[in-house]
Amino acid sequence: MILVRLLLQTVVLALGQIWSNRFRALLTTLGIVIGTAAVIATVGATNGLKAYMLSELQSFGARKVFIDGDVPRKMRGRMSRAQVELKMEEIQQLIGQVTTMETFTPLFFGSYDLQAGQTVLRSVQTLGIWPEWHEIEARYTTMGRPFNRIDEEQHLNVCLVNDKTTELLGLPLDPTGEFILIGGRRFLIVGVVETRILGAVFGGQEAQAEVFIPLSVAMAMNPQRRFVNFLLGNLKSEDLAEEAKQEVSVIMRRIRKLGPDEEPTWQVGVVQQVIDQVNRVGSAITAGAGGIVAISLLVGGVGIMNIMLVSVSERTREIGLRKAVGARPSVILMQFLVEAVVLCLVGAAMGLAIGYGLVYGLSTIPGSPLEKASVPVWATTLAVGFSAFTGIVFGMFPATKAARLNPIEALRHE
Amino acid sequence: MNPIIRLRQIEKVYRMGSEQVHALRGVDLDIARNEFVAIMGASGSGKSTLMNVLGCLDQPTGGVYELNGLRTDRMSAGQLASVRNAQIGFVFQSFELLPRATALRNVMLPLVYSRRLWLGARRRALRSLERVGLADRVGHRPNQMSGGQRQRVAIARALVNEPSILLADEPTGNLDSRTSEEIIDLFKKLHAEGQTIVMVTHEEDVARHAHRIVRLRDGRIFSDFTTREDPIHGEYLNRMMQEALFAVREKDAERAAGAPGAEAAP
Ligand SMILES: Nc1ncnc2c1ncn2[C@@H]1O[C@H](COP(=O)(O)OP(=O)(O)O)[C@@H](O)[C@H]1O
Ligand SMILES: [Mg+2]
Repeated sequence: MILVRLLLQTVVLALGQIWSNRFRALLTTLGIVIGTAAVIATVGATNGLKAYMLSELQSFGARKVFIDGDVPRKMRGRMSRAQVELKMEEIQQLIGQVTTMETFTPLFFGSYDLQAGQTVLRSVQTLGIWPEWHEIEARYTTMGRPFNRIDEEQHLNVCLVNDKTTELLGLPLDPTGEFILIGGRRFLIVGVVETRILGAVFGGQEAQAEVFIPLSVAMAMNPQRRFVNFLLGNLKSEDLAEEAKQEVSVIMRRIRKLGPDEEPTWQVGVVQQVIDQVNRVGSAITAGAGGIVAISLLVGGVGIMNIMLVSVSERTREIGLRKAVGARPSVILMQFLVEAVVLCLVGAAMGLAIGYGLVYGLSTIPGSPLEKASVPVWATTLAVGFSAFTGIVFGMFPATKAARLNPIEALRHE
Repeated sequence: MNPIIRLRQIEKVYRMGSEQVHALRGVDLDIARNEFVAIMGASGSGKSTLMNVLGCLDQPTGGVYELNGLRTDRMSAGQLASVRNAQIGFVFQSFELLPRATALRNVMLPLVYSRRLWLGARRRALRSLERVGLADRVGHRPNQMSGGQRQRVAIARALVNEPSILLADEPTGNLDSRTSEEIIDLFKKLHAEGQTIVMVTHEEDVARHAHRIVRLRDGRIFSDFTTREDPIHGEYLNRMMQEALFAVREKDAERAAGAPGAEAAP
């Protein structure tokens, strides 16, 4: 009871004290202001960037795995890309053996002229895919139907288009049931696939015309090419990223009969690993921010200690008087500790305001990847907590000095 | 009746490096309820040291000090603070008011640290200011008040915790003689209301109002009489009387000489 009352009175007293020396207090707390502002801004911005990258990666498909032929660095110039690209037989073997992944689709890129009636579109990217592509890319049809096994197995001349293709070819809003020519062959449009635009960071750009045809048909249209562009698959679960990478490596070595010291002629990319990477970088930046705050609080703390020593020395007589009328040493100790803590918290509050302002400013820049920048509660709590802690640590010495003053000597001061 | 204050063989030695200063060399003193004691002595005789011990501001280096039957000479700094807060009212020569606080705030200060009296602190402080005749100055700051008023605020502060003893170390030392008299009148009034008072002074004219005079010399009690029986004080009164008589005679003589004397003066 007495403690709570004294604490409240002390806080009021400390605020009054700080207010009456506000310019000095401002200079003193500068270290803490800057430290807090820096950590809040850094953490806020990092968080925003991370949230942005992660959401992009998520929409990219966190479980997605790319397997692609790759010329080893040492073999550059001595080996052609065609030599290393995945062949259908290899893909079939790989799929048969791999246990950490499910659902696969090879991708076979082609470029053909499209024609609907009199309208011609030159060199449109045409993707040969398996029906599983829908699931892996999470891209489904908005009209008509997706691909199925029959399309693939029967080599049906069916295709999927996106809005842009419909528009550019001047087809009806619902183009399903229409026929178009792809590289001179007649295809039935069975569905419309939603257009997905990736963020600028991931090379996203304006929507383009896209056409999809069954993989078997795509390969038949280009019979001299025996390989696909790459293989896409999904992890069975997100925590299998590293395992899948190794498993694919082992199986591919077997398929391609590579010796243990030969360099792999393929590469495996796992989106989840990129996500993990982003998370790690985010944590590293946050830890760095923690370092900044620790150092600036240390610097700020020395300032606080200095100013509190000045304050104790300036108010020696007052301390003597307070003791003479019955303030216990512990109460004097508390008074000066509270003052140091309040000083630090005032600094932290200003730093928070500046930091929040910066983060808000960054998040309102149009088109900025920091749109989702926000300050997590833990950062605020940590900044405030550390500031208070600094006040206690660096206020302790001056406060102890004040508490130990002999009342008579204190009253004789000056 | 038990005395409020009981000192036995109180010693105080200050150590200054290798040198020792014996400020008190065995003081025995009892002070009873409702006494009004003046402590006198030459400068450096140990008056302030004795007051600081009495006020629990300082620990004696030897001897026994009982305040209301409670031994204080072995107490910790914290315990002494509580004793000061509950039992002692101290008035300093230089007032020692907080410059930025109003009279009311200054008077309330001891109650801030009181376990007992903080409820209704404001009311108590107002009443205390009323007792010293400053009911109309509660909102003034020290720099808006005269020296006498400041000292009265300090006295109000010393009284606010209803101390069993009021200690004053040269309370009129910084005041002119007219203001000093006001302060002494206030002490007399408080004494009449039942307050026990111990006051240090080196002016016989101020000590005149106390009921008992304790004289210190070299850290020892050199004499301890009621004011009426104190021989030094008696001498002082005689001298004052003679000076007064002399002054009256001078005036009479001047009057007898008549106007010509006045004309002769330039
Ligand atoms: N803090 C101190 N340190 C050393 N000597 C002191 C201290 N306080 C007082 N003294 C000495 O003790 C003696 C008594 O001092 P004091 O009680 O102040 O005398 P008074 O009040 O009667 O003038 C003096 O010789 C003084 O110099
Ligand atoms: Mg003195």
